[in-house]
Amino acid sequence: MGAEDLSAKDAAAAQVAARQAMMGLFAHASADELNSAVERFRPLPPIHDLRPAEVGLAMVRGRIGGDGDAFNTGEATVTRAAVRIEGGATGVSYLLGRAPERARAAAILDALWQDTALRPAVEEALAPVRERLAAEELVAREKTEATKVNFFTMVRGED
Amino acid sequence: MYVAVKGGETAIRNAHALLAETRRGDTSVPEIGIDQISEQLTLAVDRVMSEGSLYDRPLASLAIKQARGDLIEAIFLVRAFRTTLPRFGYCEPVDTAQMRVERRISATYKDIPGGQVLGPTFDYTHRLLDPTLAGTTTEPPAPARAETEDGAPMPRVTDLLGDEGLIEAAPSTGEYPRDLTREPLSFPADRPLRLQNLARGDEGFLLSLGYSTQRGYARTHPFVGEIRFGEVEVELFVEELGFAVPLGPINVTECQMVTQFKGSSAEPPKFTRGYGLVFGQSERKAMSVALVDRALRFKELGEEQSAPAQDEEFVLSHSDNVQATGFVEHLKLPHYVDFQAELDLVRRMRAEHTDPVHGDARQEAAE
Repeated sequence: MGAEDLSAKDAAAAQVAARQAMMGLFAHASADELNSAVERFRPLPPIHDLRPAEVGLAMVRGRIGGDGDAFNTGEATVTRAAVRIEGGATGVSYLLGRAPERARAAAILDALWQDTALRPAVEEALAPVRERLAAEELVAREKTEATKVNFFTMVRGED
Repeated sequence: MYVAVKGGETAIRNAHALLAETRRGDTSVPEIGIDQISEQLTLAVDRVMSEGSLYDRPLASLAIKQARGDLIEAIFLVRAFRTTLPRFGYCEPVDTAQMRVERRISATYKDIPGGQVLGPTFDYTHRLLDPTLAGTTTEPPAPARAETEDGAPMPRVTDLLGDEGLIEAAPSTGEYPRDLTREPLSFPADRPLRLQNLARGDEGFLLSLGYSTQRGYARTHPFVGEIRFGEVEVELFVEELGFAVPLGPINVTECQMVTQFKGSSAEPPKFTRGYGLVFGQSERKAMSVALVDRALRFKELGEEQSAPAQDEEFVLSHSDNVQATGFVEHLKLPHYVDFQAELDLVRRMRAEHTDPVHGDARQEAAE
């Protein structure tokens, strides 16, 4: 395999990782946040619902001891959708919960993001979500940190 | 045996209308909202998600409301709902080492990397009823905040023991786990199958079994190596995309129980472990699962079988409260034909008892 093949492979992997990160962000965003992000791109070309939003189940797994063999822990509800933007890409979304509206908006944003010309605008539109999540996580971490304990072992005995 | 009966439609309809009215209670009191249940009865919601084996907070909250707070009935409703949905696939195993930890304690080491954080716990409360909660306008004081570093993930306590070789490694065969929702329970059950069964098992049943091991019925001398609770990301491998899609976060509780050692002529002694992972914040359940998981491993660890908690057929066949309540409560259904037969039998036996000669003749006729 030549150096060019390798770098093409790296680029593809980087593209997948970037798309996964955006999908992760969509999964954390509220319906309002996703809808207002979509709003920015209006007027949109016609959108074909390849797969209208559908609710189903995914089996969540854990690992024995945290890092051993996998086992099935229980299911979670998941909503998925797929859209094709006319003259553009196919967008797909999968996210936790029963949320058809969120899933469709996330699929549209996924389609828009795949257009390299629109990508920076999509990422910018999601910036407020990223900021909100970071701020909430910091507050949660600080509250947790305030409950950190220092246990002292007392010496027992006569003297 | 239950024999189908007909009739009673009107009575049933009226009973259900009465149930709806009773559920609502005094209408001068505001109706409880799903969001209130989800936000304020969080641990009840967690239990319904865990034993209903379906992670969906609004749905579990609705079930609790519909079931008038009867959690086993709510679990039943959730289990029935899940059968109406298609299965999209199996998630990648969650990585609890990457958890956004809200609580993490160890009873084995006081100084652990990342520290011990109590989080929102009932531990160390005085268990005195708080009259201020009886009002409706109390706003709790804002909890303290402390500066924190980068929020690096906390290493697992078992990894610390593992580094020195003092504890058995987690089993790693790379095998695809069997799934109780796709195939009926069969014996012998391997450990992944047992852990799936226990994860959805009844908290009370598992608590009692775990307790029994502490009281000497299959003693394992357990220590809580670590309990952690917090948020983990769930990812689903999607065939059409060829990669794993992050679905969002769920809350889970994990318990690592460090238990009595095992050694052999070939291997120096090391600690063994029991493991529990459950949806939501449910330490009691996660600990009970870990104790029972460890007890069920007796054969693998060369221990004697002496107690109910070790009997996998007994434990796994009776852990599910939906199955249990179904079978126990079906006794309420009309058993008129069945009972009639028993009634006849008792009458015949009584007749035989008082009149042995003719009783015998009747007995023969009956046979």
